[in-house]
Amino acid sequence: MAVIWQNILTFLQGVLRFIGDPITILNQWLTGVLSGWGANATLIQVILAILGGASLVLGGLFFTVFLIWLERKVGGRFQDRLGPNRVGPWGLFQPLADMVKIFTKEYITPTGADKIPYNLAPVLSVGAVLAVIAVIPFASTIFGVNINVGVVYLMAVGAIGELGIIMAGLGSNNKYALIAGFRAVANLISYEVPMVLVLLIPVMFSGSLGMNDIARSQNVWYIFLAPLSAAIFFIASIAENSRAPFDLIEADSELVAGFNVEYSGLKFGMFYVADFLHSATAALIFATLFLGGWRGPGAESIPILGFIYLSVKATVVYFLILHIRFTVPRFRIDQMMNFNWKFLTPLALVVLAATAVVDKAIPSNLTALRIGVNWIVNIAIWVAADRLVRVVAPKRVVPEVARPRPLARPPLANPPQAAAEHEPGGEA
Amino acid sequence: MSAGQVIFLLVGAVTLGSGIAAVNARKMLHAALWLVLSLLGVAFIFALLEASFFAVVQVLVYIGAIAILIIFAVMLSRSSLTDEGTQTNPRWWLAALGLLILFVGICAAILLWPKVTSIPAPLPASATDLATLGKELVNPNGYLVPFELSSILLLATLVGAIYTAVEKKEEIKK
Amino acid sequence: MFTDWIYLGIFLVIAFALPLAAITFAGVISPKKPNPIKDSIYECGIEPIGESRIQFKVQYYVYGLIFLVFDVETVLLFPWAVAYNQLTLFGVLEAVLFIAILAAALIYAWRKGALEWL
Repeated sequence: MAVIWQNILTFLQGVLRFIGDPITILNQWLTGVLSGWGANATLIQVILAILGGASLVLGGLFFTVFLIWLERKVGGRFQDRLGPNRVGPWGLFQPLADMVKIFTKEYITPTGADKIPYNLAPVLSVGAVLAVIAVIPFASTIFGVNINVGVVYLMAVGAIGELGIIMAGLGSNNKYALIAGFRAVANLISYEVPMVLVLLIPVMFSGSLGMNDIARSQNVWYIFLAPLSAAIFFIASIAENSRAPFDLIEADSELVAGFNVEYSGLKFGMFYVADFLHSATAALIFATLFLGGWRGPGAESIPILGFIYLSVKATVVYFLILHIRFTVPRFRIDQMMNFNWKFLTPLALVVLAATAVVDKAIPSNLTALRIGVNWIVNIAIWVAADRLVRVVAPKRVVPEVARPRPLARPPLANPPQAAAEHEPGGEA
Repeated sequence: MSAGQVIFLLVGAVTLGSGIAAVNARKMLHAALWLVLSLLGVAFIFALLEASFFAVVQVLVYIGAIAILIIFAVMLSRSSLTDEGTQTNPRWWLAALGLLILFVGICAAILLWPKVTSIPAPLPASATDLATLGKELVNPNGYLVPFELSSILLLATLVGAIYTAVEKKEEIKK
Repeated sequence: MFTDWIYLGIFLVIAFALPLAAITFAGVISPKKPNPIKDSIYECGIEPIGESRIQFKVQYYVYGLIFLVFDVETVLLFPWAVAYNQLTLFGVLEAVLFIAILAAALIYAWRKGALEWL
């Protein structure tokens, strides 16, 4: 009897250990199985890399289905609607049904399209976003790869995405698509400037370009050491996702739908997937760089806890992105460019220089003092910038154009009281 | 042949092939896109050499900025920029001959160099450490002057570009 | 010899091949009934005039150039940022000078009106 209990206990311990750190154990188990089959070490690593990569990519793609549901549901609630609620519990299967439908839709290739760029563009767009997942550390042991230039890799992969947009614009043989594509790329490269500038700050604090090293080094979350940088990074990453208020790319009223007007079926779907996944990865990256990533109590010894911490942090950031998307109106393109080049970029330069000097002047073991002084400096820069904007660029008063406008509905012939008499017809 | 060599040959072939295609393309925009592929091939070669930083910087600067700048520049022109005429010159064989001699000469020069067949020892890990580079960049006895001069060079680039692009526009308006 | 870069290479191949496979698969199972009206270019129902290769204004190029300058600047600053913890205050101030020179470039562009989107 005691032996059986012992076995059960061992088994339960094993299960707990597996739940606590699934990837390491799976890795060891698969290595054992494969070497039992007589594969050599290199082959095993290649097979494991393919399995790991494929599961991350597929996981990302299927996670998008959930993201679309989440976005529609949250968006619905923001706009006082229910959102999808018919297919499955809480409408959870609605995006799955949409996915099946989009697979069976015809590809309409516009006449005169430049075939190769036209067909390659959606693949590049979604591939560039999927490639980001490779360097995100989900927990201390759960990550694709911790390359020593992770942060620069993120920006480099973003460049491939920009190329996808340019190719879509050029290949479609459509003026709207072309204008939208070029505008999109002009926006993306503009907002990349402040983004990369403040990206230097986590690198400076941690002394490494690797994402996992940056997450690991955050004994103090970097948002506490550099709040203004975190804010700039957040704004720039919203702009990089071309989410509202920076969603000029899909300004329906101006550019009919942006660079992807001429796409249909799954090719359009891929741009859609790239868009949603990009927001999610942006939230994950922000959480990793500024909110401590997977760091939290017990995360070092039990990796799955780190995964949970990161998920919670990323969800908060993602919700903030959604909140902004559904509440803020869209910028005009000149406003967007001015905001970037005349406010965000100078601010990022000043913040970078100030943080570098101030943080060097204080010994790094006085954590409380570091946080305090950094906050004071950040707030001072913010107040100065705010004052400067108000003094240098006072709000331009747009004179109201007073001319009678034609009404869609002519004024009522009879006074409203007469109409009101017929109105409350509850009993009738 | 090891797997690494096969990958290297494949990447090299793509890089060279797309470089040739960039020169031969009839449409200017196609040429730009082929150029991007060629630059990407160079990035892969950096990655194969484990020069991580240069690989990503190659993509970030050359594809993310320079290629996009070239495409913007192409779109500035009014004509559709397609090349209709013949692409060869009557005396193309002269150029080919010159190239061949140059190629043979370079090959001979490389092969005559005794160190070409010996494989050097792999660099120590500290040689690829970015922090070393960073420290040297701001070291007054190291590369401090080139570092600051590069900043001035960038400033000069910007001033020149803005002078040519923006000033001219105002003249046209007058 | 198995490095992070080989893993990353495999990952990139999968990341780009999987969407391509999905698009090809959807192309196989979806209907194909093209006709000239359906394939015509969508420009709000109006017949397109002229070719789609229109001329762009110089502003795109100027932004691209300013972006290029700042991109190269940050690339030079990344090694410095990695070494930040091992530097003296003097080393940091040198980089601040570097940033200040580029800030001057931004101010020049601003004063010359190169940042105006008109």
